[in-house]
Amino acid sequence: MKSLLAQWPRIAAPLLVALLILGGWEWAVRAYDVPPYVLPGPAAIGAALVQEWPLLSRSLWMTLQVTAMALAASAVLGLLLAILFAQSKLIETALFPYAVILQVTPIVAIAPLIIIWVDQVWLALLLCALIVAFFPVLSNTTLGLNSADPNLHDLFRLYGASRWQVLTRLRLPSALPLFLAGLRISGGLALIGAIVAEFVAGAGGAESGLAYRILEAGYQLQIPRMFAALALVSVAGIAIFAALSLLSRWVLRGRE
Amino acid sequence: MAHSVLLSGVSKRYANGTQALEGIDLAVEEGEFLSLLGPSGCGKSTLLRIVAGLIPASGGQVEVRAARRGETGFVFQDATLMPWASAIGNVMLPLRLSGIARREAEPRAAEALAQVGLSGFERSRPRALSGGMRMRVSIARALVTRPRLLLLDEPFAALDEITRHRLNDDLLSLWERTRFTAILVTHSVFESVYLSSRIAVMAAHPGRIAQELAVDAPVPRGAEYRTSAEYAALCREASHALSRAMLKEAA
Ligand SMILES: Nc1ncnc2c1ncn2[C@@H]1O[C@H](COP(=O)(O)OP(=O)(O)O)[C@@H](O)[C@H]1O
Ligand SMILES: [Mg+2]
Repeated sequence: MKSLLAQWPRIAAPLLVALLILGGWEWAVRAYDVPPYVLPGPAAIGAALVQEWPLLSRSLWMTLQVTAMALAASAVLGLLLAILFAQSKLIETALFPYAVILQVTPIVAIAPLIIIWVDQVWLALLLCALIVAFFPVLSNTTLGLNSADPNLHDLFRLYGASRWQVLTRLRLPSALPLFLAGLRISGGLALIGAIVAEFVAGAGGAESGLAYRILEAGYQLQIPRMFAALALVSVAGIAIFAALSLLSRWVLRGRE
Repeated sequence: MAHSVLLSGVSKRYANGTQALEGIDLAVEEGEFLSLLGPSGCGKSTLLRIVAGLIPASGGQVEVRAARRGETGFVFQDATLMPWASAIGNVMLPLRLSGIARREAEPRAAEALAQVGLSGFERSRPRALSGGMRMRVSIARALVTRPRLLLLDEPFAALDEITRHRLNDDLLSLWERTRFTAILVTHSVFESVYLSSRIAVMAAHPGRIAQELAVDAPVPRGAEYRTSAEYAALCREASHALSRAMLKEAA
C-alpha cells in the first residue's frame, strides 16, 4: 500500500504531462483553425480510432503477432548463439563480427531483398524484425554468461563440476539479469523491425499490419486515421516494454 | 602423525612475471589448525589456491591428502553465494555437483546449516541474510561434504568485530568437534593467535614463510583466553614476528 502511494508520481506525473500536451494541441488546432488533413486534434484522432477500430484492431493484431514471434525467435536465437559463443573464445571471435554486421546494416536496406527472396510475406516480415531485434539478447547474454563470480567458478572447479553443470548451474543463472535486460530492448526493436518491414513490403489487403494502415491513410489523406494507427504503434511499444519490465522484475525477485 | 599437506620448495610465478611465492616448505599435520599470517600481497591466497589445486605451482612438490572431490572445502573472503539460490540451495551445491540426489542432499545440507546455527533460515535468499549469516552459509557449504581439509581465505575480514568474534568461537568449536585440518589465511594477529595451533608468518617480495610460531594454549578457548596473559604474550610475539617479516621486506 505504502509502496503504491510512494509510486503514484511515477504514473501521475507523465499522465499530467500527457494531458497538458493533448490539451494544448487540441486548443491550438481549434484556435488556429488547422484543417484536419494537415494536423488533426486529439479529439478527431480519438474519433477516428473508435470509428476505424475494426480495421485498425485487425492490423494491430497482425503487427503484434509478427512482433511477438520475432521477439520469441530473438530470445531463442540470441540465447543459443550466446551459449555457442561462450563455449570458446575462438568461436566468439570468429562469429561475433557477423552478428555486428547484421546489426549495423540498416534494415530498410536489406528488407527489399528479404521480401524478394522469401515468398510468404509474414515470414519475410518476421525475418526482418528478427534481424533488428536479436542483437541485444545476443550481446547481453554473451556478456552475462561471462559475468559469473570468478570465486564461484573456482568453487565449481574445486568440486569437479562438469562443463554442463557450470553452464546450467552457474553461467546461465548468472546471465539471467542481463538476458532479461537485453530482451527488454529487443521487445521495442522487434516492433520497430516489424513496422519497417511492413512499410517496405507495402502489403495491402485484409492481412496487413499497422504500418500499411499508416501508408494507406496517408495516400487517402485520412490523416486522423493515420494518427490513430500511429498512436496504436506507440501504445503497443510502451505496453511491450512495460510487460517485459514486469516479467524481468518477477523473474529476478529475491535476488540482489 | 600423518601429514595432511606437505609442500617442499614450492614457488609460483604468474604469467605476468610476478614472483608470488618462493621456496615454501610447509608441513601441516592432520587435525592441525594453521594460520597463514602476513601483509597483503605476500602470496597467502596464492598458497591457499595451490593447496586447493585451483592453480598449479611453478616449482617444488605439493602433496595434499585430500585431493578427492569434496575432501577439500574452501571459504572465500566474500561469502560467494549464488544469489538466485536459497541458503539450503547454496549449501547443497557441493553435493549436487557430485551427483547426489536432492532427496539425499537436502537433509545433509539442513544439518550443516544447523551446525552453523542457521536452522530456520533454509529458505532465505542470501540478500535477506546479514553479512555474518551469509558467511555462516558459506562455512556450512564448505563443511557439508565433511572435508578433511578446510581452507579459509580471510573469511571474516569483511565482518564487524562482534560478528567476527562470534564466528571465531563457532569455527573453533566446529573444529574441536570434527577435527578437520584447517588452514586459515588472515592478516589479523589476534585472530591467528585465538584460533590456531600454529602460525606461519609470511613476508612478501617474494612471498615466503619468515617464521613459525606454536600456539600451545589448550582448546576449548573462550573469553578468558582472550583476556589471559598468555594470549597477550602470544599476540605480542606474533606482532613482532610480523613486523620483522615486513622490515626485512622493506630492506
Ligand atoms: N592471477 C594473478 N596474476 C598475476 N599476479 C597475481 C595474480 N594473483 C595474485 N598476483 C600477485 O601475486 C602476489 C600475491 O598475491 P596474493 O596471493 O593474492 O596475496 P595475498 O593473498 O597475501 O594478499 C601479489 O603481488 C599479486 O599482485
Ligand atoms: Mg588474499
